[in-house]
Amino acid sequence: MSRRFSPKVVSANDLIEGDAVWLTEDDRWTRDMAEAELIEDEAHAAIRLLFAKGQPNVVVGAELVDAAPGPDGPVPTHFREAFRTHGPTNYNLGKRAEGFAPRGHIPGNEAL
Amino acid sequence: MYTYNEFDEAFVRSRVAQFRSQVERRIDGSLTEDEFRPLRLMNGLYLQLHAYMLRVAIPYGTLNPSQMRQLAHIAERWDKGYGHFTTRQNIQFNWPRLKDVPDILDALADVGMHAIQTSGNCVRNVTADHFAAAAADEIADPRPIAELLREWSTDHPEFQFLPRKFKIAITGAPNDRAVTRAHDIGLRMVRNEAGEPGFEVLVGGGLGRTPMLAQVIRDFLPQADLLPYIEAILGAYNLKGRRDNKYKARIKITVFENGLDAFKADVEERFARLRSQWSGVDQEILKDIEAQFAPPAFRNAPTDDYEAFRAQNGVFRAWTDVNLHPHKVDGYTIVSISLKKHGATPGDATAHQMRVMADLAERYGHGELRVSHEQNIILPHVHKSDLPAVWAALREADLATANIGLVSDIIACPGMDYCALATARSIPIAQQIATRFEELQVEHDVGPLKIKISGCINACGHHHVGHIGILGLDRAGVENYQVTLGGDGTETAAIGEKMGPGFPAEEIVGAIERLVLGYLEIRRDAEETFLETFRRAGPEPFKGFLYGTEETADAA
Amino acid sequence: MTIIVTDTGFRVDDFPGVIRPLAEIEQIQEGDGVEIGPADDPRALVGVLGQVALIRVRFPAFNDGRGFSHARDLRSFGFHGRLRAAGHVLADQYAMVRRVGFDEVEIDEALAARQPEDQWLARANWRDNYYQGRLRA
Ligand code: HEM
Ligand code: SF4
Repeated sequence: MSRRFSPKVVSANDLIEGDAVWLTEDDRWTRDMAEAELIEDEAHAAIRLLFAKGQPNVVVGAELVDAAPGPDGPVPTHFREAFRTHGPTNYNLGKRAEGFAPRGHIPGNEAL
Repeated sequence: MYTYNEFDEAFVRSRVAQFRSQVERRIDGSLTEDEFRPLRLMNGLYLQLHAYMLRVAIPYGTLNPSQMRQLAHIAERWDKGYGHFTTRQNIQFNWPRLKDVPDILDALADVGMHAIQTSGNCVRNVTADHFAAAAADEIADPRPIAELLREWSTDHPEFQFLPRKFKIAITGAPNDRAVTRAHDIGLRMVRNEAGEPGFEVLVGGGLGRTPMLAQVIRDFLPQADLLPYIEAILGAYNLKGRRDNKYKARIKITVFENGLDAFKADVEERFARLRSQWSGVDQEILKDIEAQFAPPAFRNAPTDDYEAFRAQNGVFRAWTDVNLHPHKVDGYTIVSISLKKHGATPGDATAHQMRVMADLAERYGHGELRVSHEQNIILPHVHKSDLPAVWAALREADLATANIGLVSDIIACPGMDYCALATARSIPIAQQIATRFEELQVEHDVGPLKIKISGCINACGHHHVGHIGILGLDRAGVENYQVTLGGDGTETAAIGEKMGPGFPAEEIVGAIERLVLGYLEIRRDAEETFLETFRRAGPEPFKGFLYGTEETADAA
Repeated sequence: MTIIVTDTGFRVDDFPGVIRPLAEIEQIQEGDGVEIGPADDPRALVGVLGQVALIRVRFPAFNDGRGFSHARDLRSFGFHGRLRAAGHVLADQYAMVRRVGFDEVEIDEALAARQPEDQWLARANWRDNYYQGRLRA
């Protein structure tokens, strides 16, 4: 058997705004990763990715990224993805500044 | 300074119109993302982690006050109130919306600027010595040649889809402040025995994952042969450069794999064949360009008040000790404005700061500003009698940090805070190192020391040529920082040597502190710089400082 | 059906001869066309340039820029016949194609549908705003 499939979300950047967005179960693009659909099945992941890639006039660079279940919804497992829910750490800009709760963990950044 | 003629103006306007149409066609589906991507990159538009990023060219690093004010205006109107000055004499805006970019490009065109070819596999913004036409050691002003190259490379029909990006740097001084040996082509302005102007041409330098220093392909190229010769190099590279592997696609690999001699033979064959297509009009155009770079009307005035103020004010004196550089005209000096306040993001300036610098250039600097590859702003022509006033205004805008060339004058790329390719952050490491050394109060004692930080192997932060280079990597999902020592980007260029294992984020600042304090212990005297000490003593004692072993200078 | 793009827009291919691959260089007759790809060396054609009526330079991908240098080189070897860029060439590249010495572009129907004639005609003014032309004169 193939190795176990690690859960994923579909993520992309908004075509016009350029910011990070995630695909929800009801086919919307959300700016809060916790609302994203957590995909636990490999075949379903492929279908969802295909759906996302079929919207080139809405988003750019759709891809599957690793995620894990969290208290409010999916959370990133890698700090790169945490940055995308968060914004840069040198200024209070990006997602955080727009009122979205940061998801996941950025090492050394517990204060934020 | 160069101002756009009707031709330049019509050209950039038509490019903006084309890009406006390309954006519309991307949105309506005529262009796929795969097709749009190289077109937007050719116009300086990237997609980063959190937003688009627009990279605007500051050709040969030269700006006038109205251009700087326009950058401030763009930062406020379409971005988030600041800009990031880069090691390639560009400015990056980190938050534009796709729809607004054509308007931003129009606003740039209003002041004779553009974002063309700041990205993509084409000839990039040509960089030059930031002290051009001011430094005492200069042979000739490289900027007219750089402007000629800008015109030649802009929209060059043959070279918009090269195997990879292509960077040219030029210096007119023997002290290389343009890092020419780390460029695809480096040009050094020289004179032959008969006193005629020409170039030493270097080829095949680059940083990235396989750092290499450029080699001399022609000791002396007459000035009039420049464009056909460069075109011959580009043509040979366009055909021979590898397209199967993007990590082997730069000209440094082409030269390395084919050997310099074979590559040169190819270039010379092309040059011989294509030279006759050049009628010499380019040299006429160069003369017109040169006329536009005529020196400003320098003043003759006493400097007694400056000396008196310097004697009486210690903070001012400290600033003049490190932020000034000798000017070729008596009574004048070159002022470096540090964008490296301890704890701030290296290279960032707010819209307000940009306006302050523009005003100072207008009032005290003969209307000129420069962007250095070390991510600072330069006022190249300031009369010493004006320094107290300049300094006071800079202080008010938080721009009077006295640290040029010191430990806290750190180059750092955007890293994981912004960059989609990053493996680790760079900015917070720079901030923490600078803050730590401010606490230690040793940086003036330590003297010249270049720390350069990149957030991934692409080496945008030039870490390979830092006296201390720091490379941020991802080790199993955790940021980890590798140290290289002994790099040098000047005329004595060298690629830094990798030390041992990397350090996690919480330990890297302490490791750098041990290195620098260790250097203070073993330097011969206060005159011996960090780099000189490293060259004399070798890596062993420094490894000892880093990893806490007991080795000393005479070990191994 | 392929479509030929020139400064006046779309038209059907009116080249009457055969277009041979480079491997058939020995069999080239007066009035034939010949085709080269990005990795071919156009110097191989130097001996037959007088007979060849058309050279078709293949662009398998729009971002493989070798064809631009091939065109320049073929013109510098003295080729005065029809020079055609064929394959994945974008309307946005039309000015570049013309400026390096191509006469025309050959595209397929799918590309022509996505990038209709007006997008190509928009760059038919490729002689304007041309730095290279100005510098070489
Ligand atoms: C933020 C988005 C950026 C991206 C996506 C990016 C991408 C890259 C890549 C892929 C390379 C490696 C090229 C190669 O070796 O083939 C590179 C090299 C380089 N970039 Fe960047 N870069 C970015 C920002 C910057 C910034 C902010 C600067 C200036 C501070 C810069 C200056 C350079 C320099 C100097 C090099 C190394 C020199 C060389 O070309 O070999 N880049 N960049
Ligand atoms: S070095 Fe890497 S992380 Fe830094 S800007 Fe370049 S590509 Fe991004």
